[in-house]
Amino acid sequence: MIPKEMKDRIRKQIEGSEHPREQVVNVMYALQSHYGYLSDEAVIEAAGLLDMSPLEIEELATFYDFIYREPVGKYVIHACDGVVCWMFGEESLVDYLCRTLAVEIGEITPDGLFTVLPSVCIGYCDHAPAVLVNGRAYGPLTPEKVDELLEQLRRDHFILVQDR
Amino acid sequence: MSEQVLMSNYRPDRPASFDEYRQSGGYRALTEAILRGSPRDVIEKIKKSGLRGRGGAGFPTGLKWSGVPDQAPFPRYVVPNTDEMEPGTFKDRVLVNGDPHMVIEGITLAAYAISARKGIFFIRPSYEMDAELIERELEVSRDAGFLGDRILGSDFSFDILVHRSAGRYICGEATAQINAIQGNRPHPIKGGAHMTEEGLWKRPTLVNNVETLACVPHILRNGPEWFRGLARTEDGAGTKLYALSGKIERPGCYELPLGTRLGEIIDGAGGGMRGGSEFKACLPGGASTAFMTKEFYDIEMDFDPLKRAGHRLGTGAIVVFDRETCLVATTLNLMEFFARESCGFCTPCREGLPFIRDLLRRIENGEGKESFIPLLHDMVGYLNHAYCAFAPGAAAPLKGLLEYFPEEVLEHISQKQCPFGRGEKTPEQRRE
Repeated sequence: MIPKEMKDRIRKQIEGSEHPREQVVNVMYALQSHYGYLSDEAVIEAAGLLDMSPLEIEELATFYDFIYREPVGKYVIHACDGVVCWMFGEESLVDYLCRTLAVEIGEITPDGLFTVLPSVCIGYCDHAPAVLVNGRAYGPLTPEKVDELLEQLRRDHFILVQDR
Repeated sequence: MSEQVLMSNYRPDRPASFDEYRQSGGYRALTEAILRGSPRDVIEKIKKSGLRGRGGAGFPTGLKWSGVPDQAPFPRYVVPNTDEMEPGTFKDRVLVNGDPHMVIEGITLAAYAISARKGIFFIRPSYEMDAELIERELEVSRDAGFLGDRILGSDFSFDILVHRSAGRYICGEATAQINAIQGNRPHPIKGGAHMTEEGLWKRPTLVNNVETLACVPHILRNGPEWFRGLARTEDGAGTKLYALSGKIERPGCYELPLGTRLGEIIDGAGGGMRGGSEFKACLPGGASTAFMTKEFYDIEMDFDPLKRAGHRLGTGAIVVFDRETCLVATTLNLMEFFARESCGFCTPCREGLPFIRDLLRRIENGEGKESFIPLLHDMVGYLNHAYCAFAPGAAAPLKGLLEYFPEEVLEHISQKQCPFGRGEKTPEQRRE
């Protein structure tokens, strides 16, 4: 269950909207950021908040690639495999990331930090090859720079203050 | 450098501020229109300017706007489209990030033209930084009285919300976008009334690309004739943001006269081929356009000249390939994209694209047969029978491959391997 305070905030946002269904993606994002992914429980909660059926939420949740229906790491690395980024890789970024982190696509690293997902063109072709991590883009990348980025994200994780 | 309009305030280090936009004449067109003009006058000027949609289709903007009937019900909506998920395309990101208030003024003028009350700024998740930027700048615009209730003391009230999308290519298609905003599964909607009559929540709705909207304040300020004069072609109008990527020296977004020749764009703004490599082909307007060879190097990059040559300008995102790049593998990559992004609603698209992908993968891996080639030609035809424009778009690069590079496909088959030594692993092979 989400905390009451959060539920009230979401409810207020829905009530403030002329058409509550316009809020469905925002609600899924909010619940996802609370649980770390859109859990079964979150699907049911979203349905309750929006007066929709869980099935209606499910058909949206499974459609969108930025809604995660399975657990993911703290940092979700959307590695671009669009045509421009592909052109610049001897080995694709996805393959390199999976090999370096010793995970398969969609898995979580044992420290809970990373999940690698292949992504369609992320719109940073002028910085190819590029990845997107939690809404921020990084590029142009080489294997060395990918290593640096992972190191930096690990460091951030250890010094970031998290007030929940 | 040619006249910079949309990128006149562009700076590499940060977005232009509200004050900088004001100093460059920003919000003057809106003030003028609201205080001394009329919606009809705005639409007439846009019609006369010859502005055509920059999102890919090239539909005349003034004509679209005049499709909202005078007696149409309220509330009416404007949906500035910043989904921009066409592979190779990143111009809208550069534009929104470069001069957010130019985009905001353009949206507000469109709203004024059709008496819309609400704008919904539809933006893809990988542009989250720009979504945050736009939200901040909307607040600045509201504080200055250019958005909100009774703008500049007039009867016109309008405000803009940011709608964060959660991905998927099809959401860039106008009717799918409406479904997405309404909280439905974003399938395209075909047939029925036009969006300008029955769009979002069955009310008149303008879905316009943000580059199109950003042209509007300039047209109103400087006149339709001036705008027409910006283009290099006789029938064309305005400048164009060409997004250049691939094997060139200076990838980036460049504003040039619409109709600038392909070779001039690549060798001029793009700085020529990377490291002295040789031009082989390019996609002229993103992934859903066909490969163009060197014989098109002198073509004017405008809607009509490309159409006459059997091509499409699309989004004007030019993806450049050199001689070392295997175009079978490239097309395979594009088909992977389309197969993954198909919404799955209709059969030709859902079933046809994975079938094409598998044929191409076998060719790329040296397991192809000559009989695959007529099969691929047939598939191009079948894709045109799909429900929406997604599958015909997906067919374009494949058609280009078969038409311009048949030898390269045959070489893969006869040599039983990729002549470029590439080869494409299946996900299963990668795991081994």
